[in-house]
Amino acid sequence: MPKNPEIKKVLVLGSGPIVIGQAAEFDYAGTQACRALKEEGVEVVLVNSNPATIMTDKDIADHVYIEPLNMASVEQIIQKERPDSILPTLGGQTGLNLAMNLYEQGILDQYGVRLLGTSPASIRKAEDRQGFKDAMEAIGQPCVTSDVVESVEDAVAFAGRIGYPVIVRPAYTLGGTGGGIAYDEPSLREIADRGIHLSRVGQVLIERCIAGWKEIEFEVMRDSAGNVIQICSMENIDPVGVHTGDSIVVAPTQTLANKEYQMLRSASLDIISALEIEGGCNVQLALHPDSYEYAVIEVNPRVSRSSALASKATGYPIAKVAAKIALGYTLDEIPNAVTGKTTACFEPTLDYCVLKIPRLPFDKFTTASRTLGTQMKATGEVMAIGNSFEGALMKAIRSLELPVKSLRMDGLEELYTEEIEERLVNVDDQRLFVMAEALRRGFSPEKINRITKVDIWFLDRLQAIVDMEDALDHGHLDPGTLRSAKEMGFSDAWIAALSGKKAGEIKALRESYHIIPAFKMVDTCAAEFEAQTPYYYSTYDLENEALDEMHLPRVGELAPHIPEAPYLSAATAEPHRPASGEKKKVLVLGSGPIRIGQGIEFDYCSVHSVWAFKRLGYETIIINNNPETVSTDFDVADKLYFEPLTPEDVQNVVELEKPWGAVVQFGGQTAIKLAQALTDMGVPILGTPADGVDAAEDRERFDEILQQCQIPRAEGRTVFTTEEALEAAHEVGYPVLVRPSYVLGGQGMEIAYNDRNITEFMRIINMTEQEHPILVDKYLMGREIEVDGVFDGEDVLIPGIMEHVERAGIHSGDSISVYPPRHLEPEHRETILRYTKDLARSLGVIGLVNIQFILFNNRVYVIEVNPRSSRTIPYISKVTGVPIIDLATKVMLGQKLKDLGYGTGIYPEADYYAVKMPVFSFEKLTDVDTGLGPEMKSTGEVLGIAKTFPHALRKAFKGANMKVPKKGGRVIITVKDEDKGEIVGIARGLEEMGIEILATSGTADALEKAGVPARRVARVSEAHPNILDMIASGSVDLIINTPTKGRKHDTDGFKIRRAAVEHSVACVTAIDTAHAILTVREQSRSSELRPVDITQI
Amino acid sequence: MQMKATLILANGSVFTGQSIGATTERICEMVFNTSMTGYQEILTDPSYAGQGIVMCYPLIGNYGVNHEDNESIRPWGEAFVVRHLSARGSNFRCEGTLDQYLKKYGITGIQGVDTRAITRILRNQGTMNGMITCAEHFSIPEVLERIQAYRVEGTVERVTRKEVQVCPAVGEKRHRVAMMDYGVKENMIRCLQNRGCEVTVFPAHTTAETVLSGGFDGVMLSNGPGDPADNVDIIREVRKLYDSNIPIFAVCLGHQLMALATGAETRKMRFGHRGGNHPVKDLDAGRVYITSQNHGYVVCEETVDPAVAKVSHVNVNEGSVEGLRYTNGNVLTVQFHPEASPGPRDTEPLFDRFVRRMEGGEW
Repeated sequence: MPKNPEIKKVLVLGSGPIVIGQAAEFDYAGTQACRALKEEGVEVVLVNSNPATIMTDKDIADHVYIEPLNMASVEQIIQKERPDSILPTLGGQTGLNLAMNLYEQGILDQYGVRLLGTSPASIRKAEDRQGFKDAMEAIGQPCVTSDVVESVEDAVAFAGRIGYPVIVRPAYTLGGTGGGIAYDEPSLREIADRGIHLSRVGQVLIERCIAGWKEIEFEVMRDSAGNVIQICSMENIDPVGVHTGDSIVVAPTQTLANKEYQMLRSASLDIISALEIEGGCNVQLALHPDSYEYAVIEVNPRVSRSSALASKATGYPIAKVAAKIALGYTLDEIPNAVTGKTTACFEPTLDYCVLKIPRLPFDKFTTASRTLGTQMKATGEVMAIGNSFEGALMKAIRSLELPVKSLRMDGLEELYTEEIEERLVNVDDQRLFVMAEALRRGFSPEKINRITKVDIWFLDRLQAIVDMEDALDHGHLDPGTLRSAKEMGFSDAWIAALSGKKAGEIKALRESYHIIPAFKMVDTCAAEFEAQTPYYYSTYDLENEALDEMHLPRVGELAPHIPEAPYLSAATAEPHRPASGEKKKVLVLGSGPIRIGQGIEFDYCSVHSVWAFKRLGYETIIINNNPETVSTDFDVADKLYFEPLTPEDVQNVVELEKPWGAVVQFGGQTAIKLAQALTDMGVPILGTPADGVDAAEDRERFDEILQQCQIPRAEGRTVFTTEEALEAAHEVGYPVLVRPSYVLGGQGMEIAYNDRNITEFMRIINMTEQEHPILVDKYLMGREIEVDGVFDGEDVLIPGIMEHVERAGIHSGDSISVYPPRHLEPEHRETILRYTKDLARSLGVIGLVNIQFILFNNRVYVIEVNPRSSRTIPYISKVTGVPIIDLATKVMLGQKLKDLGYGTGIYPEADYYAVKMPVFSFEKLTDVDTGLGPEMKSTGEVLGIAKTFPHALRKAFKGANMKVPKKGGRVIITVKDEDKGEIVGIARGLEEMGIEILATSGTADALEKAGVPARRVARVSEAHPNILDMIASGSVDLIINTPTKGRKHDTDGFKIRRAAVEHSVACVTAIDTAHAILTVREQSRSSELRPVDITQI
Repeated sequence: MQMKATLILANGSVFTGQSIGATTERICEMVFNTSMTGYQEILTDPSYAGQGIVMCYPLIGNYGVNHEDNESIRPWGEAFVVRHLSARGSNFRCEGTLDQYLKKYGITGIQGVDTRAITRILRNQGTMNGMITCAEHFSIPEVLERIQAYRVEGTVERVTRKEVQVCPAVGEKRHRVAMMDYGVKENMIRCLQNRGCEVTVFPAHTTAETVLSGGFDGVMLSNGPGDPADNVDIIREVRKLYDSNIPIFAVCLGHQLMALATGAETRKMRFGHRGGNHPVKDLDAGRVYITSQNHGYVVCEETVDPAVAKVSHVNVNEGSVEGLRYTNGNVLTVQFHPEASPGPRDTEPLFDRFVRRMEGGEW
């Protein structure tokens, strides 16, 4: 069936801000789908509140709305744009729920908008727990014994019948939010209550616990003609019990014989046929390890995190094909873009092994519970490809960018064997390393399997790695051992560490044995057909497919190679010199896994840079390891290398490709860290050189530059001991900012108000040994200003200046950021421009620079300079219309800003306000304090755009799903002493609008003294009903709680803030944020909000 | 330390790895299979007689071997080429390692070679002969001469049963089917048994008269190895079966033999279809099915007389003939393997169609 000609204008819903459970994979899917729609001549209207996405670019959709993803806002957009259709299955659970709501409320009917792809009835059947169970029963597919309940009492009664433990799964939530395993009645009561509360439909599923079974996933597709195919099978190394998003996953399945495999594949295809899915679908199954018994866990009738992984693992573009199916095509009418010859109606087959490891945020949230369960906690993931499991695993570990570079994790060696055994029982993010340590202690794979239920095949692979460590430890560096080690993914550095050599020596040694990486192609078909897409991974095999075609016919001519004679390899091949007229090669380094502090915005920058180079006639090469991103889509760069971002792995590509230049300033800290290594490899860094990066990070060098440029910064000292810190604090005067140097995202940074604070923070910081000094700086409590600039060596262009709502002290990533600034005098603008230019020049910046300033006592101070892209680039590009990455790329190539059409200096301000608001994932992470401070905690962001500041702010609050209290609403205020003066005005404002104020005694005293009536509420430690009961009762709309400093978890404030998260009550922890809420209440109304098409700005 | 082994291809490429299975020198036709699971079924598929199998998926032996997954009485592949062999299998049905199994049946193997490079050679230059040897010293020109001289011959005779075997129906016996064993896979028999058919399996060279005198409701022509055109005697008998108007369902070699018996021709493909992911369109239903395949020869579409048969199934990738429906209304033949094992079971309902036809209905 060809494309339905009635489809001319399609509304695509994105997934909103990045939160745990819903990350960059939907930008990847949405971008691919939008491009597929445009390819078919369809006009695309895109709605997503997330400004850091590529899908919200003008060149991806025809009309772009960075607007809240709620009914009212999308209805307005439908009214304005009048699309004929809506594509609901690409925006994750958020997009799907919203589309279903629009359908159920009759809004789609009212405007004559048809839902493309899977029908609403099918979606409901797949999503609704009971509906799904009934559908499975009808086709004879076994589900886990379970019941849908709507009350805690029913949950307890049902669990009594089927026996504990039971798993609780709320209906319609992200990443299993609010679910868990209950081992007894009290824990069931707690989890069920939370789950019912979090579910959109107030339902939870109570099911038989099948923890320990194999968890298997199939990505499958179906078209309107009923053709069904399987794209990829995946096996979770962690058995059932750990959310698949937090599991280590291998593709294809490894421990299933054909019989079991085909049984589950057939089940998956039968399920999507019965559900009449049209598009992509994910089916999760549990397989008993010792029988053919299996159970269907769930299906996701949409593209998902797993489908992004499956796309990257196989090369099959699921989102693109799903979009074409939605337009009416059948699978056999859609070409396979990878081979260019076959169609999309086939099943990819792999001739390699793919490993995914989740990236968990416990390096940031050191106090959070590391335990993994049915509630997802990972912020991102890495993927690695190899021709062995061991090789893929070791590459994936390196890609994580954690302090662990192999299967050996520091600290585990010191544990007693009994402790190791105990830790095997507990499933957390370190279990992989604990299992390896157990093997080192002589535990048999069988014993570990008994404890963990991890399949023995996987444990045998870990054993092989451990045995290899041992061999290298004993100094075996013969060609055979070295080749095996490299095939197992051991890095030169790790081999060197084990064998007591230097990495360079290992590299020289193996090269002398001709042990050199060869790159293989991901082609969807195991080489059965010739492929067109240069998507590569490294192996230590014979034939290098990344070499030019002309080398390939030589394959047949060669003699035995291992280890006596070299076969064709990077080292023996003629170096590639671009002939005249041939394109120069540019290497763009990606940003690795998504983590707190380094999100999707860096992928935006990398991708835009690739596009810019392509437009300028360069051949582009990208290295990245994040399967969720657009940058790792096979048709973004001319060549994609799916590899870890470490010096050795990058060097392998460099030695093969011999790039003309490399770009590091777009891939966040991951890429920047490689600047020196690339320079050492002799690859010219395009733009700011490695030295400039160092100058900005090295405290002394940076201070020197500031002095030369006569730019003030907060007075500070470098110290090592508590005594020195106290002395420094007394010299500069409290409050002071205390932090270790050379850290990311403000990690470990605290504001100290007194000696007690200093002593406490220094103790915490010095719990880990510090290589670098600790910085003690005067804390300037001023207004924070941020700029992104492009510098060409002579001129600077500042596309936009941003002002933070919260005063300095809260990490810029967690602050509400406003463009254009509302409180900046012309003279300060001039100062900022001059400082930016001087700093850029002094640091040798060519390209992007991000600077944070403080406006304090009418004077501009510099806080920090990052000579690289920042998280604000995407949104500033979008609201100002300045193609920042494009300009930065051109500038790196020697072009001058004055010739590029956007002028120099500060770019004229847009006549819209854009407010960027952080979004957090606290409900997924128990034990994390939600109080904001110098350490970044947000996972994503939304943008509100409007003609006035209050309206933009209101939109941003709506986008972040934070409800502003209405008249008759109720606010609890409990603030620390320093804030008691300022809170009065806010409380008065709220009270005057008919909002009831509740306060704990200290705050209430302050308010009453100022004449603001406040009802007293009992403290946490006081008798019930106290403040926590109040929060739990659901009668509170907002909590304003500013945290007292410190990291203790037993404070009242911590309990209040966590209670707010658990009961979904808005809670603000900074006075300025509270003030912003008041502004919105006073100066705007929801009914005044109008959608803004940013392509029209 | 494992013994060194060498794979030499007819085009002169040499790959060095480690010996697995038997250490006997072996010359055979090298083919690649893209299936990610089912190595035991592949090894025991008689259609591989005379051939060495290169597994594209690099991790083989993960789940060991068991007695249930054999598709015939023994492995027929001559040689086995893998990237990494698991030293032990992990699966609840695992009864031994693949290495032991290969040794037991004298299958010569090699691991640690670049299987993707080998696959690309076979893809680009076509299926070719090869040799696996554990010899330390050999003369390439001498070896190449022997490799190039090899030809797959007499394989149907080698793999077919020597005696008639009756396999009872599962449950109530509703039909009696004659299965011509040219190298039949056990699951083909099981698919019929499970549908209430008692299956009488005949040696390949059984005459049509013998079969037709048995009072069967239908005849099934099995899969099998080698060049279909070599089977001159069998083709003659197949023609008689065709002329008898008994319902006939044929798979793979059986499909090719029927085509040859009715005037069409077959040709050798460059590298064939071996794997579990080949899309085939059923032209009547308008639907595409993912099929299991194992063939190196194909029916030439232009030689099919439209008065005799029409193409019912085509390969979606390259348009080759995947099925023929004969105009006499009695015969349906397919190139792919509806019995799967290994591979997707999506086309297993074709056996239901055969049963329906035997009951007097349409295909």
